[in-house]
Amino acid sequence: MIDIFGVPLLALLGQMLLGLVNGSFYALLSLGLAVIFGLLNVINFAHGAFYMMGAFAAWGLLTWTGIGYFGALLLVPPLIGLLGLVVDRLLLKRIAHLDPLYGLLLTFGLALVLEGGFRYQFGVSGESYEVPESLQGALDVGFMVIPKYRLWVIVVSTLVCLSTWLIIEKTRLGSYLRAATENPTLTQAFGINVPLMISLTYGFGVALAGLAGVMAAPIFQVAPLMGSNLIIVVFAVVVIGGMGSILGSVVTGLGLGLVEGLTKVYWPEASSTVVFVLMALVLVLRPAGLFGRSA
Amino acid sequence: MSSAEFIRVSNLHAFYGESHILHGLDFSLRRGECLALLGRNGAGRTTTLRALMGLLRQRTGSVMINGVEAIQLPSHRIARLGLGYCPEERGIFASLSCEENLLMPPMVAQGGWSLEELYTLFPNLRERRHSPGTRLSGGEQQMLALARILRTGARTLLLDEISEGLAPVIVQRLAGVVQLLKTRGYTILLVEQNFRFAAPLCERMLVLEQGAIVLEISGPEALAQHQEQLHHLLGI
Repeated sequence: MIDIFGVPLLALLGQMLLGLVNGSFYALLSLGLAVIFGLLNVINFAHGAFYMMGAFAAWGLLTWTGIGYFGALLLVPPLIGLLGLVVDRLLLKRIAHLDPLYGLLLTFGLALVLEGGFRYQFGVSGESYEVPESLQGALDVGFMVIPKYRLWVIVVSTLVCLSTWLIIEKTRLGSYLRAATENPTLTQAFGINVPLMISLTYGFGVALAGLAGVMAAPIFQVAPLMGSNLIIVVFAVVVIGGMGSILGSVVTGLGLGLVEGLTKVYWPEASSTVVFVLMALVLVLRPAGLFGRSA
Repeated sequence: MSSAEFIRVSNLHAFYGESHILHGLDFSLRRGECLALLGRNGAGRTTTLRALMGLLRQRTGSVMINGVEAIQLPSHRIARLGLGYCPEERGIFASLSCEENLLMPPMVAQGGWSLEELYTLFPNLRERRHSPGTRLSGGEQQMLALARILRTGARTLLLDEISEGLAPVIVQRLAGVVQLLKTRGYTILLVEQNFRFAAPLCERMLVLEQGAIVLEISGPEALAQHQEQLHHLLGI
């Protein structure tokens, strides 16, 4: 058996895989946050709540209508996205011209209300959700055995992140988005309906959180506070990657998941703080973040 | 409003917060003409363009554009009435390449220039097509800002200080481009501080002072007649 710094290779690979799974959720969530922050200048504290609602929606679909995992994967993101559109129309649009701090406070309050509501309805411990049959079991790749569902999470979230990045960087729609992020007033003066684009962007970012929620349901307990546990780390990811940087949030999300996994092997006590230590370091050395443009 | 007028502005007031910037402007922009808005810094020229484009939250009065009342319209609807806006700060997008900047503004009318035609008129832009927009020199950025509204098919151009801060040889090229656009029948509203740039290009000139039109000059005779007043108003 090969050891790496005194740790068996297999244990190390296992933790790295776990780290990548966590990193996939970080990436999906921070991608949505980055897109929203870029265009709306809103630090969307309700993101964790939307993620939680995505998981509950998947659970509800299965429990009440019998629609399984793959159906939920298709249905839940648009559903949560629609909810985001409503939130933008009813709440965020009203404070769009105010200081970004108001957006933060509003979405933070919204998250508390939503989580409180779900806690009232479902209790703290939450519900469990089975891994779909076709993704149960493990895959033997020769040097190690990988649970199929974990591999699925990594592949799907990487694909989603990659296609989002491609759309933003390589398409006409993406160029509108980038232009509006940089100078919304002028972009609108060229004939682009920026307010509508902002609503749709919020809906899309929130839909990504919903998607992450569905994918998380079989791994984590479907519980009212599952979002708030995760979202703090995700905010650290966004800060390290660079506020509003799309590529930065994805790469940093996956990377930090890995770093966390590795820390769990070598210094378990530090594994829950390593992300924040890195965040502090990045803020000191490169305040705009690893991938951010300095203003 | 006669059909010869593309834009008819009546009693236009505009505000930035508490400050009242434009005090009841009345003027029209006729189809195919080149009109200059002159004045010192702070006279309200840029604010006039921004008010026309719907970029100010507070404005009152009437702005008829091609027969449509635009005072309440959001700016993306105003652009679709066939206006091309070139802002004072040029507004080149840093996160877009030169060519993406060119392709970004959506078409607002038929008959826009093709990329090929634009690259023929502005060969520098072809060379720099893959550079990030803000890596271009000041002159190149100005040409890009002009070229990208020509592509949209807009036939009425609102140009804010296009000659500002550029080398004389570039200013000359821009004057040539405006001249060419005039021969092609474009309607142009030119906001300028540079009287010598605007005078040979424009049939009519309006001078703004403290948010009001204080002088209108049409034709060379009027120009000779008001020489002194003009010098006084513009400080030249």
